[in-house]
Amino acid sequence: MDILQTLIDLWEGSGFSSFFADGGWKNLIMIGISCVLLYLGIKKKFEPLLLVGIAFGCLLVNLSYFGPDSTDALYHPDLWTNFLDPNSEHYHSYGHILASGGLLDILYIGVKAGIYPSLIFMGVGAMTDFGPLIANPKSLLLGAAAQLGVFLAFFGAAASGVFTGNQAASIGIIGGADGPTAIFLTTKLAPELLGPIAIAAYSYMALIPMIQPPLMKLLTTEKERKVKMEQNRVVSKTEKIIFPIIVAMFVILLLPSTAPLIGCLMLGNLWRECGVTERLSDTVQNALMNIVTVFLGISVGATTAADSFLNLKTLLIIVLGLTAFAFSTVGGLLVGKLMYVLTGGKVNPLIGSAGVSAVPMAARVSQMEGQKANPSNFLLMHAMGPNVAGVIGSAIAAGFLLTVFG
Amino acid sequence: MNLALLAAQTTDSGTKMEIGDAALVALVGYSVVFLGIVMLMVILYITGSIFKKRDAKAAAAKAADAKTEAKAAPVAEKSAPVAPGSAGHVKLNGVPEKDAAMIMAIVADKLQTPLNELRFISIKEVE
Repeated sequence: MDILQTLIDLWEGSGFSSFFADGGWKNLIMIGISCVLLYLGIKKKFEPLLLVGIAFGCLLVNLSYFGPDSTDALYHPDLWTNFLDPNSEHYHSYGHILASGGLLDILYIGVKAGIYPSLIFMGVGAMTDFGPLIANPKSLLLGAAAQLGVFLAFFGAAASGVFTGNQAASIGIIGGADGPTAIFLTTKLAPELLGPIAIAAYSYMALIPMIQPPLMKLLTTEKERKVKMEQNRVVSKTEKIIFPIIVAMFVILLLPSTAPLIGCLMLGNLWRECGVTERLSDTVQNALMNIVTVFLGISVGATTAADSFLNLKTLLIIVLGLTAFAFSTVGGLLVGKLMYVLTGGKVNPLIGSAGVSAVPMAARVSQMEGQKANPSNFLLMHAMGPNVAGVIGSAIAAGFLLTVFG
Repeated sequence: MNLALLAAQTTDSGTKMEIGDAALVALVGYSVVFLGIVMLMVILYITGSIFKKRDAKAAAAKAADAKTEAKAAPVAEKSAPVAPGSAGHVKLNGVPEKDAAMIMAIVADKLQTPLNELRFISIKEVE
């Protein structure tokens, strides 16, 4: 036995030697980024349920994938490139992925097929009380207005000349502040950008308490922030049961491409409200949601292989994502101000910023800012209306973009 | 740095767009979101008004029933002695007193509120 040769083989086969190979330094940077994301998730509690999984998926892929020759990798970007290439013999072949892929390739099938985001939406539906929205349907307008950032960021990305229409649409949807919708649309339109878009979307959602308040103060007056809103009417049980059925029928007929998201969201909500399926509602809200979150986080993190992540496009996505979030907040606040004027001061414009989905974080920010201006102000339930309307609004925006570019 | 060159380095989905087309898509997209939401809002207002009318009718019927019942049994209620600190009598419909006491104790426990701070108007057995 040639001990020296064995040691050389062992070294060459190890991941450590790959760091010294061509482009191996990129993996080291990505490992550093994954550690930063883990710190943000664990220590700073930035969307920890997803960010910890995404960060660890990022760590795993960059420890095991150093190029197409990495046979032991957990995730193989080249397999997915072939999967999407119409000229490849493995075009749309899940069988090839199952036969040749690593663990994370197999888990990623759930993202690619749009299963995980839809199941997350089912859980969100089961956890959401649409009562405030039903009691005050006007709040739907704030959910629509807060999609401004989606379309402005789309325009900015497309006009930059760097991104294609599909990619610009996927970047724009970050402004919807809705992680599952962003992942769903990106896997359909621009899967090569899934990693940076998912990380940008979830990071900004976690940063909402820092992004929104300065804009809220900038665009509203002290007098407007002090407005106390009247209590909403009580919504009957029957109305709550009929609501998901009506929304599913109407929105899916309007934009059939929204069917997976809106269908699952409303089914989850129907289970919650109908009163005869508590077991299902409980499972979807807790066990299923947690299981899907495990798979979604780690497989989205796996898409951040160094080769595809470390480029100028990722930086532009981070900037455009922040722009999208900011303009969505502005859109909601401006229509909130308009409502304040039209109702003679009965609507507090701060609830407009909650139109950016991110349930319930954005509504909590409205509540906190309202209470800072007037300690006896309770805006939470009023802000929940636009907040859940934002979920519907961003699903409609995604459906539109999918219809145009899909 | 040449941005167009950078864009060509990776496999991109879709094709580049003209600025005018992008602006048009953005404008139409935002309008479609508003259109969809406004239509949904109209539907919610219609269903809401139907339920509000129905609830108002039910409330009126309930109020009328309560008035009739109050007229029918004012003497009995007045004649019964009231315990010190009590808010009045509970009307029991097909519920034994023992069960009623138990129900009131459970409700007080669940609400974490002392029993003497709650007022029970009636307890009715639901089939």
